[in-house]
Amino acid sequence: MLPQQLVNGVLLGATYALFALGFTLMFGVLRVINLTYGFYFTAGAFVAWFVTRAGGGLWLALPAAALASGVIAVVVDALLLTRLRRARADELASLMVTLGAVLALYAALAALLGPDIRRLPPAVLGNEAISLDGVRVTQAQLLILGASVVLAGGLVWLVRFSRLGLAIRAVAENPDAAGLMGIDTARVAALVSFVSGTLAGAGGVLIGLAFNAIHPYMGEAMMLRGFVVVILGGLGDIFGALVAGLLLGVIEVLTAGYLASGLKEAVAFAILVLVLWTRPAGLFGRPVARRV
Amino acid sequence: MRRRDVTRALAALTVAAALPARAQDAPVRVGLVAILSGPNAAYGTAIRAGVELALDQVNTKGKRIALTVADSGGTKDGAINAARILIGRDKVAAIIGPTLSNEMFAMGPVTNGRGIPTIGTSTTANGITDIGPFIFRTALPEADVIPVTMKKAVSRGVKTIALMYANDDAFSKSGFEVMQSAATAAGLKILTTESFGSKDTDFSAQLTKIKALKPDAVGISALVEPVSGVLLQARQLGFGTETLFIGGNGSNSPKLGQIAGAAADGLIVGSPWFIGKPDPANQAFVAAFRAKYNRDPDQFAAQAYDTLFILAAAIAHAGNADPERIRNGLLRTDYTGVMGPFRFDAKRNPASAEGVVVLEMHGGTFRIAP
Repeated sequence: MLPQQLVNGVLLGATYALFALGFTLMFGVLRVINLTYGFYFTAGAFVAWFVTRAGGGLWLALPAAALASGVIAVVVDALLLTRLRRARADELASLMVTLGAVLALYAALAALLGPDIRRLPPAVLGNEAISLDGVRVTQAQLLILGASVVLAGGLVWLVRFSRLGLAIRAVAENPDAAGLMGIDTARVAALVSFVSGTLAGAGGVLIGLAFNAIHPYMGEAMMLRGFVVVILGGLGDIFGALVAGLLLGVIEVLTAGYLASGLKEAVAFAILVLVLWTRPAGLFGRPVARRV
Repeated sequence: MRRRDVTRALAALTVAAALPARAQDAPVRVGLVAILSGPNAAYGTAIRAGVELALDQVNTKGKRIALTVADSGGTKDGAINAARILIGRDKVAAIIGPTLSNEMFAMGPVTNGRGIPTIGTSTTANGITDIGPFIFRTALPEADVIPVTMKKAVSRGVKTIALMYANDDAFSKSGFEVMQSAATAAGLKILTTESFGSKDTDFSAQLTKIKALKPDAVGISALVEPVSGVLLQARQLGFGTETLFIGGNGSNSPKLGQIAGAAADGLIVGSPWFIGKPDPANQAFVAAFRAKYNRDPDQFAAQAYDTLFILAAAIAHAGNADPERIRNGLLRTDYTGVMGPFRFDAKRNPASAEGVVVLEMHGGTFRIAP
């Protein structure tokens, strides 16, 4: 039973990590608590649903969904947050604006398409499990695990080693100074929104596929775990989000499997509190001076 | 068209019998509180459809009942708000709803305190009518339905069972308690009890644990969405036909087949109503429902449909919109509808469980379990 439970935990954790990657980028780099992130996740899943219904395969649906979510993220960010950034509003302002927006977006989507759970056509990706030595995994789950590791690696490379990443870090460090150095801060913000939107969209497709359930509120359900993972991993720490996601998944599954299923959340969130007590900057965070 | 005429005739007869002709009076306004948005809107939508179909038929000869519909959104606060608006602004004389037992436990004390008769059509948890003397229910409590399902399981050779339930929802939790005592009463050995959250999508830890214990059956008490999720994941984890899945009332929805597809095949569930019941009243209802909505009714629509007729008869008995008189009318209910003969017992619950049928999922739809 233990090997299967560990695999269950890693796969569940991979879904948390995949969801949290784009969120941590937005949260940590742009210093914006953008709750509309959950909506991009939902939107991606729905785009994929429409594409596959129209006969497209997963290899068309996945990029289409990612691209569409990225564009939605840029538009939403421009509409909601440009003014706030210009006015130098604090994190609380972005939290409130995006909270209102995301509730409106979920409700609009539910009114438009109905709140029913939809499934991707079974032909999109076989749901049959692969059995290895008694341990069972599905293709969708493997895809999620692979995608979260690859995407985390890609993001780390983008932020740490590319020219764009340098610009992103500069903007994160000090937007005014970055602007004075000739960095187009609005363009960087739009690009970061686009990248995290595409990540959310791709996550929505893969997770919708793995659990076979697409509905307007699916992003909302993931948001709480998303927060935990981002905080545990350290704000903006991409590698930290990956590790924290996997850790959370394994802890939840082991608690449910060996302790009591009712304690799953309690143990997971108790660990969050413990980590915040002992390491307020997250598991891998270095203490940073608070910006004024 | 012919079927529609039969329905109309039947409805007209019922109305003629139930309501003395006083068409010049203002209609009595009643409220419906149902979940029309959010993840559980499927239940509320079905209930609304059933009520509105019955309303058309009650009102064929002049408008006797006017209906105001309020959305609870599936939350306790939403249900309380909806009831306050219906009572305060719309001055309703009676309320049908809310949809979930959870909501009723929050809203019931409010409507009961205001002396407004409140009839749950889908609130099957234990203790609903203990809220107060104005709280009724037409839904057969799970305590009456689940023992019938367990008997069927035992007749198929089931000796051991694992139980799963959603621990954040009154309906699922009370269904679980009923399942637990019904399983014990039927002589089954309960190997383990696992819980989950009703919005969870991952059940792998619990299912892996259950699989290692090799029970003959797995009983699941939850709403249809999480039940579908459990079944889909159970198949991925290698549960086959050797395990009998037993659903509570939440599994009794055609949505189970739509969401879970072949993964749901073989699940059995007890139902107070079934679309294939051959009696003429039921067939007329199904035909009228299809004609109006272009889809099949479910149990929730059927219960809601009967409930409006029961309320209409009570209003006719009261002769006016006085809630106290309507309550007395409800207590005297003696009505035969699509669910079979109906009366309230002394505690304002349905008096008998004779209509229960055990259904089995087969190829994505229900059939009467062999």
